[in-house]
Amino acid sequence: MTALRNLTAEPVAAWRRYLVLGAMGLGAIIVLGRAFQLQVLEREFLLKEGNKRHIRTVMIPAHRGAILDRRGEPLALSAPVETIWAVPSALLESPRHVVALAQLLGRRPTELQKFLQARIDRKFVYVSDPLSPSEAKRVLALKAPGVFSEPAYARYYPAGEITGQLVGFTGRDGDGLEGVEKAQEAALAGQQGRRQVIRDRTGRVVEDNLDTLETQAGEDVQLTIDLRIQYLAYRELKAAVAEHKARGGLVVVADSATGEVLAVAAQPGFNPNNQGERRSKGTRLSAIVDSFEPGSTVKPLVVAQALETGLYQASSLIDTTPGTYKVGALTVRDVHPQGLVNLSTMLSKSSNVGAAKIGMTLGAESLWNGYQRFGFGEPVYTGFPGEVGPVLRHFSEWGQIATATASYGYGFSLNAMHLVRAYAALANDGLMPQLKLVKSGAPLPPQRAISANTARTVRHMLEQVVLPGGTATRAAIPGYGVAGKTGTVRKIAEGGGYDGGRHQSLFIGMVPAERPRLVGLVMIDEPGADAYYGGLVAAPVFARVMQGAARQLQLSPDGSRAPDLAPPNASRTVALPIVPTAARPQT
Amino acid sequence: MTRGLLMVPLALSVAVLISALLVVRTKHENRALVNEIEQLRGERERIEMEWAQLQLEEATLAHNARVDRIAREQLGMTEPRDYVIVHARP
Repeated sequence: MTALRNLTAEPVAAWRRYLVLGAMGLGAIIVLGRAFQLQVLEREFLLKEGNKRHIRTVMIPAHRGAILDRRGEPLALSAPVETIWAVPSALLESPRHVVALAQLLGRRPTELQKFLQARIDRKFVYVSDPLSPSEAKRVLALKAPGVFSEPAYARYYPAGEITGQLVGFTGRDGDGLEGVEKAQEAALAGQQGRRQVIRDRTGRVVEDNLDTLETQAGEDVQLTIDLRIQYLAYRELKAAVAEHKARGGLVVVADSATGEVLAVAAQPGFNPNNQGERRSKGTRLSAIVDSFEPGSTVKPLVVAQALETGLYQASSLIDTTPGTYKVGALTVRDVHPQGLVNLSTMLSKSSNVGAAKIGMTLGAESLWNGYQRFGFGEPVYTGFPGEVGPVLRHFSEWGQIATATASYGYGFSLNAMHLVRAYAALANDGLMPQLKLVKSGAPLPPQRAISANTARTVRHMLEQVVLPGGTATRAAIPGYGVAGKTGTVRKIAEGGGYDGGRHQSLFIGMVPAERPRLVGLVMIDEPGADAYYGGLVAAPVFARVMQGAARQLQLSPDGSRAPDLAPPNASRTVALPIVPTAARPQT
Repeated sequence: MTRGLLMVPLALSVAVLISALLVVRTKHENRALVNEIEQLRGERERIEMEWAQLQLEEATLAHNARVDRIAREQLGMTEPRDYVIVHARP
């Protein structure tokens, strides 16, 4: 019975089954729930934490683009350097290494010791200037404790002071602070890249197909400057400034057909490779960032406007006797009274009285209009940082005296580029080009300032300036015809009025006179007392620079061929046809 | 029939084993290649550095002021302002 009873299973209470199933179900739910929590809810966070522990982000610095001249010569280049840094407390524990390090870095051991002692709490101290990679390797080979190197790119300026102010320089963290380096920062800088990698124990990268951000290397920026002409301009300018004991000076050479600036040099200069010189006055590119009163150099523009209005013809005569001319309280004076002169003689002798009489005949509005057409009312838009704008008051504010002084170049101010642009219009048969420093993109169409006929007539007059009897015989270049104009500008004195002892000597001209291709401007600031006339101080510099430039560019003496310069804009073909008139110059 | 039925899981497990080994090999090759590309990147960087330094060196040697000085001082050259006729020695 008992066995039988044993064989028959007693029915189990149903709740036990449900209990077990329930417990198992609960277990499953807990496990699945946890899995859900980890895999779905907290996935992002956990993945991030996990990656944080073994994925390393490597930054790839973008190489800064180079600055090149028009022929591809480097003006600014980035080269790798390494800067040595140290943990002072670690390094000081080994005096032997301090001595060795000091010797390699060219510092005195005691001085380095003191330097480190003073910074003992710091964890990071630079102990050297940027070194070349090979030098840095030698320093690291000492295996001094707590000495490391930090790689970086340093900026070098192979042309040094010759293009110093124009190219500018970068700061310690590599961004442009001055000049083209600053103006073209966006193109030069590029974009830093990033790469995520997994490294093994020895530091080798074992996996890198994770998130990457491609490095965008900086672009090279090509300037319109020709380093050969720039060198020549800088050398001659520096020599002239030294010879005349002048305060400074500037030279600009531009292609009158395309508006490309071939050279822009300024004195005083500085060497951008030398950190110490970077705060000197020499960092100013005075041709663009400084303005001055143009003086006599605007007389040809006044004559051009006089011819354009039809009030004067090339043969018109002006009576400049007795060499003075009273306009209200102002007496305009000529250094040498000229008597009855034609426009050409008025320019070649640079008669203030003649210019003032023309200006008074034209009237304020017409004179102002003429200057506007030569772009004296608007910036040059070179894109150079700190470009100074022109100051030309509206004609309605001009009185009699202002009109008279404006017609020989006083009472308003311009930068050198304004004058170069206006003369490029004379050189380019009345079409005024946009001046460019950076070679890029589509050429900007020139603007018509005056008719081709007027431009040619004025150019013919300007040739007389350089011929015997003119004010600038020393601007002549053997083999080439030169047209140009001198200027001797009295500077404004500290306390107002003009200073009889301080001058700016100017010469601006074009080569070859028949069919100009190059426009050049030379300004010497405050030459010594022995000579200050533009024809004596600035003109010889002009002749030497332009002769060299014409030779380097293989400019033919009649200006028809210039293989090294870009062909003139296609829009030149829209130039007005030459209308034969009585005013046509006799060739 | 039963024998055929047994072969299927066996073949599958062998295939799994082989593919597992292949995964190991591919992973290894991948790491080797990553290592190589890393080295090549380093090499490229080094060559670029050298290129920059050579450009600098060239620019320094070809600097106009240096050429000017050597031409004048060592080679005795001058820039004629105009046409100059020099008598050649017989």
